[in-house]
Amino acid sequence: MRLDSTDKQLINLYQRDLPVCERPYLEMSRQLGISEGEVIDRLQVLQSDQVVSRVGPVFEHRRAGASLLAAIAAPEEQMDLVAARINRAPGVNHNYAREHTYNLWFVMTAPDEDTLDERLDELEHQLRLPMLRLPMIEGYHIDLGFDIDWEALP
Amino acid sequence: MSVSTFPSEQDAAPDYRLSARDRQLIVATQAGLPLSSDPWATLGRQLNMPAGEVLARFRRMQEAGVLRRLAAVPDHYRLGYRFNGMTVWDISDQAVSEMGRQVGAQPFVSHCYRRPRHLPWWTYNLFAMVHGTSRQEVESKAGQIRELLGETCSGHTILYSSAILKKTGLRLKKQGDPSCSE
Repeated sequence: MRLDSTDKQLINLYQRDLPVCERPYLEMSRQLGISEGEVIDRLQVLQSDQVVSRVGPVFEHRRAGASLLAAIAAPEEQMDLVAARINRAPGVNHNYAREHTYNLWFVMTAPDEDTLDERLDELEHQLRLPMLRLPMIEGYHIDLGFDIDWEALP
Repeated sequence: MSVSTFPSEQDAAPDYRLSARDRQLIVATQAGLPLSSDPWATLGRQLNMPAGEVLARFRRMQEAGVLRRLAAVPDHYRLGYRFNGMTVWDISDQAVSEMGRQVGAQPFVSHCYRRPRHLPWWTYNLFAMVHGTSRQEVESKAGQIRELLGETCSGHTILYSSAILKKTGLRLKKQGDPSCSE
């Protein structure tokens, strides 16, 4: 994975906001000083190298449905089993193991709040482990990425 | 910096209802926007919808706050940010909103949220995700947050991720399930 300065500039400029206009890649090409075709080619390469996970819309999940961050403290020897159960539960889209007593952290989603509660209750009942439910009360910086320090990268 | 709270408290139209055609567009772009010079026309051909309608629907969803943005979302792990630390802080209730705004404004914080405590098991009410190429880097950034918080903070810890057990990029499944990027 070799990124040149144009790739880096492209990521810096468009990791947060890509223009919603008739010809988004043309608009980008003007800012980057390359052709529209080259913007498209570069995005294709960045995507196939998985440097960019996707080029596309980011939807507001709280408007398209309901979601919640939850955590479980799984006994060490049961962790794989518990993690697999969480992954199989309907609506789970992220699940991270973290180094803490609460060692499994996942995001549960549902079309609406009631279904979300039902899904969490059902999973909690199935796991027989207490669950921390951590809804967002206030968001101060939501999923806007962060400034990439290219010099510091390996 | 974006500041938002519960949907009912947001400026965007709270009553916006996704139509079946909006949902078709969301499903069709889960993997991404077509990489063609006129992506709206490409989508329109797939869905049998005029290109003008496709773009108009995206614009309306954006105005209504359903679509946050279009973006080229980088994979930070692939870029070399192998250490992802969820820093969690116990901040006095009076100060947490202001501190959340300040922490969220740090260039190295990718997400910052206020969440409820669950006493006595869980005492932390502010979450800030910090990424680094090493543990030391995450720790030094957490140290900067600690300094910023001063006396408002009475405890913190860092939860490093040891494995990504599931991460689906899906934003909306066919049956209407949303997904998010927390």
